[in-house]
Amino acid sequence: MTSLIPIWELPGGIHPTENKTQSLQLPIGYLPLPPQLVIPLNQHLGKPAHPVVQPGDRVLKGQLIAAAEGTFSANTHASTSGTVIAIADQNIPHASGMTAESIVIEPDQKEEWINLETCEDYLQQDRLVLLDKIRAAGVAGMGGAGFPTAVKLAPKSTQVIDTLVINGAECEPYITADDILMQERADQLIEGVLLTSHILHHPKNILIGIEDNKPKAIAAVKAAVEIAQQTNPEAANIKVVSFPTKYPSGGAKQLIYILTGREIPSGHHSADIGVICVNVATTIAAWRAVRFGEPLISRITTLVGEALSEQRNMELLLGTPIDYVLQQQGFDAKRASRVIMGGPMMGFTLPALNVPVIKTTNCLLAPTAKELPLPDPAQACIRCGLCAEVCPANLLPQQLFWYAQAEDFDRLESHNLFDCIECGACSYVCPSSIPLVQYYRAAKGSIRQHLIEKEKSDRSRQRFEFRKERLAKEEAEKEAKRLARQKAAEEAKKQLADKQAAAPVPAQIVDPTKVAAPELSPDEQKAKLERLVAAAKNALEFAQKPLVSRDPKNKPITEEQLEKQAARIKQAELKLSEAENKLAEFLAQAPAQAATPTTSAAPADDPVAAAIARAQAKMNLSPTDKLKADLESLQTRLQKAQEKVEAAKTEGSSNLDALQQGAEKLQQKIEQTIASLKELGIDASAAPVVSEPEKSAAELAIEKAKAKAAALATMSDDEKRAEQRKSLEDRLQKARERLVKAEAENDANVEVFRSSVEKLEIKLKGM
Amino acid sequence: MALINITSPHTRGAISTGELMRLVIYATLPGIAALIYFFGVGVLINLVLACISCVAFEALVMKLRHRPVNFYLKDCSALVTAILLAVSLPPYCPWWLIVAGSFCAIVLAKQLYGGMGFNPFNPAMVAYVLLLISFPLQMTTWATPSAMLIDGQTLPSFVAALEKVFFGTQIDGYASATVLDLMKQNSALVLDELYAKESAFNTGVWAGAGWEWVNLGFLIGGLFLLYKKVFTWHAPISMLLSLTIVSAIFYDAGSSQSSGSPLFHLFSGATMLGAFFIVTDPVSSAVSVRGRIIYGALIGLVIYVIRTWGTGYPDGIGFAVLLLNFAAPFIDYYTTPRTYGHSKPRRATDSKPRDGGH
Repeated sequence: MTSLIPIWELPGGIHPTENKTQSLQLPIGYLPLPPQLVIPLNQHLGKPAHPVVQPGDRVLKGQLIAAAEGTFSANTHASTSGTVIAIADQNIPHASGMTAESIVIEPDQKEEWINLETCEDYLQQDRLVLLDKIRAAGVAGMGGAGFPTAVKLAPKSTQVIDTLVINGAECEPYITADDILMQERADQLIEGVLLTSHILHHPKNILIGIEDNKPKAIAAVKAAVEIAQQTNPEAANIKVVSFPTKYPSGGAKQLIYILTGREIPSGHHSADIGVICVNVATTIAAWRAVRFGEPLISRITTLVGEALSEQRNMELLLGTPIDYVLQQQGFDAKRASRVIMGGPMMGFTLPALNVPVIKTTNCLLAPTAKELPLPDPAQACIRCGLCAEVCPANLLPQQLFWYAQAEDFDRLESHNLFDCIECGACSYVCPSSIPLVQYYRAAKGSIRQHLIEKEKSDRSRQRFEFRKERLAKEEAEKEAKRLARQKAAEEAKKQLADKQAAAPVPAQIVDPTKVAAPELSPDEQKAKLERLVAAAKNALEFAQKPLVSRDPKNKPITEEQLEKQAARIKQAELKLSEAENKLAEFLAQAPAQAATPTTSAAPADDPVAAAIARAQAKMNLSPTDKLKADLESLQTRLQKAQEKVEAAKTEGSSNLDALQQGAEKLQQKIEQTIASLKELGIDASAAPVVSEPEKSAAELAIEKAKAKAAALATMSDDEKRAEQRKSLEDRLQKARERLVKAEAENDANVEVFRSSVEKLEIKLKGM
Repeated sequence: MALINITSPHTRGAISTGELMRLVIYATLPGIAALIYFFGVGVLINLVLACISCVAFEALVMKLRHRPVNFYLKDCSALVTAILLAVSLPPYCPWWLIVAGSFCAIVLAKQLYGGMGFNPFNPAMVAYVLLLISFPLQMTTWATPSAMLIDGQTLPSFVAALEKVFFGTQIDGYASATVLDLMKQNSALVLDELYAKESAFNTGVWAGAGWEWVNLGFLIGGLFLLYKKVFTWHAPISMLLSLTIVSAIFYDAGSSQSSGSPLFHLFSGATMLGAFFIVTDPVSSAVSVRGRIIYGALIGLVIYVIRTWGTGYPDGIGFAVLLLNFAAPFIDYYTTPRTYGHSKPRRATDSKPRDGGH
């Protein structure tokens, strides 16, 4: 069966003294309950579990005491029944000697189990149900990394698993935990393999890889496969592969290569190449979790080393303090050179012994100084290249060492430092006894630290830059708004002036683009400006007229008319002065034309006089009158605002909204004033209120078109209407032209133009 | 027990750098024995002088650098350099030549570059080449191997040898051209005639008097080191192979234009010493397996080129090794192995993020 299965030879690798016999002399043993169990919450890879019990609670054996924090975590259970006496930071088995939150349980010696939910027909169960059971039991990889098994057995839908590898290689010297497990519990292992296969949709290849230095385990597993075949035909598919002993063939990447010839691409998971690799102890733990509902609360640990009086494998409850374990095994502290958790190749020395056994504790090694002497002081690297020969990842360890010393992180990265599995083969063969692996670990740590720091500084720099950008943008927007407002105000003024100038022909709408047409010759411009000034003067005169020749019949509204007139005069004056300024400016710019007509012709004292008159008039007002006057002035302002809105609409100004808002506010104020007038018993409607914007604009136009209206007085209604219709049609025509132009130029204000066209069309229809 | 914190691995392979160097020293013994047999006590004087001066220079520099002298002397690397230098120099050469060579090797070529492991060039070869260029006369006067001695003439006595080494008292008629010189100078005779005419050839068995046995001695030592896994076969075997192939190509069936048979090239001069004791110097050679194959092959080629078409130098090993020492980083750059999980090897200057594709 095995001879026909192809295997691939691992590159590199070493053959350290195996030292496996001393712990295989006795079967798996059990320890009496320790006085205390310390169960850390971070025994697995991923987030620590969070406690779900309180100090003082009585817990049963197998009861959940800390729940997984998210998917990438594992449940933690009470290893025996007893009382939770503390939830606090305790020493944990870690090379750094760090502490972690742990639940301390005082056993009550009753070993009282919680109710366990067994499941016999698990091969008929849904995979998700089975995964839930494994997850609930807190099973995590027991080979070393503590990867949550439920996560491992649930590959992504894109990862098609065609090979299941069961890792029974156990290549580390001294460790025999998996060996004895396979010898004694091979039947459970095969059940577990079939369960795992079922969860993974029955992959094509099921390979159990065992190094050929474990003949008893190989025989036991093969026998169990044969027995299982009688009840489950799928067991015939299980291949037990023995391959030459070589360290580090038990690494997942290495074992997968040996059994399938496939390499896991750097930075990927084995599932990406269709392989899932599970340790034998983990397989059995997963099966027990499904079959008996047993959570992971104990594991087999090899207790070995000359400093122990009895060397053997023990099934230890998770949380058993290591000093207790060692003491039970007759630990002679004087003879021991150190205590190592794990094997001599990849294990780490324990800085303290008051740490518990956890899910990944596969071995406790207490060697004497003679057995594992302390390393010699490191000598210079002679570049002998032995390290490169034994590296299972085909790295160049001496180059890595060189760059690690120089802290040349870029070169380390380009020499694939992160593909180093830290197996220690290079250090093992180094004749200069350089602690190479430690250099790589330190370099990896530094690089990770650098990355984190870089990320942090990148983030804060980005934040700073975003903020700067945002502030600049806000500033620019403000500035743009300000400029737009200024421009709009100027243009509105200009337009108003044009309108005023065109007062004798009021129906005409002045196109602002035409006003600002730059292609006019200087002479034309000058003439135009002069015309403007003249028109403004005319308007001023026109505005001043009613003030002089007051209508004696209409006495009650004289005051208001006065106000109105004053406003109008003021406006006209402004227009005039503006027009004059423009002309002066133009003339100054074009000194060749020496003629300076009609400068400073404005009646300077007029506005002052008007203002005084207005002020005096105001002083004599009664509250009612005052309110009325306020109303009047508000209405004037509203009119102006509406004009501006109109102007903005026609030119599609960007601050149309603001202007409309202003108009609305004015309207509100007017309403308020009207309300207060009502309170005073005066019907505001008696006053010439013009609240509807359309109407008021039209009225204004009509008012301004007084001259024309007078000329039209003789016309019949029909004729008038025809005239109006014609003017509207003209406007519509122009608006349409503008719209077409805007569309052609892809102008931003197309919408505004379109809406004005639509409005005009509606108006025309209404006539 | 104090709970100490030591990093993994907690177990080590047996061999240490000092042991490695001692193995190399033991492996030179067959070759040295052959040298002494054929060239007499002069070889021994060379060895003693070189060992004393090299170790003394090493100790001096360590003292000056405030390093623990004993710790560094224990690695025996100075002794290896001393032996390689001593067997490269002609027996009965003046004492100052050896001391100057030791100074060049230990102080200039090794310690000034940072000491053990940091020297880009093989120290013994740097010293050899420097002496060869500076003192060509003393460096090319090789003693006559005992096999060629005419009747009645014996190897110099110990006293005569000391007088020669320290006071320059000449030993009459005790110098001759090596077979490599003869082969290079020959342009008229076909090889059979040359072999028949020159005693250097006709007193030898297959490649030339004395030297064939010296080379055999070093070959045995080299095979012992290979067996002991002190170095891998890649560099020495590829060097010997390339030398064999090139000399076979230009053998020209033993005509007067021939530069000698492959056997002649393999077993004359310092071929075997170079292949197993100098090319294999790990410090100055290429790193990867492929790199070492290329490195060795190029050395073999350059040796043949210098022996055949070079001007006036007795052997090409020193120059060839130094030239390829220069090239080693370059070779390394193009021969980085493909790491597990990578589709192709990455160059040392490749700063792209890890490629994981297949």
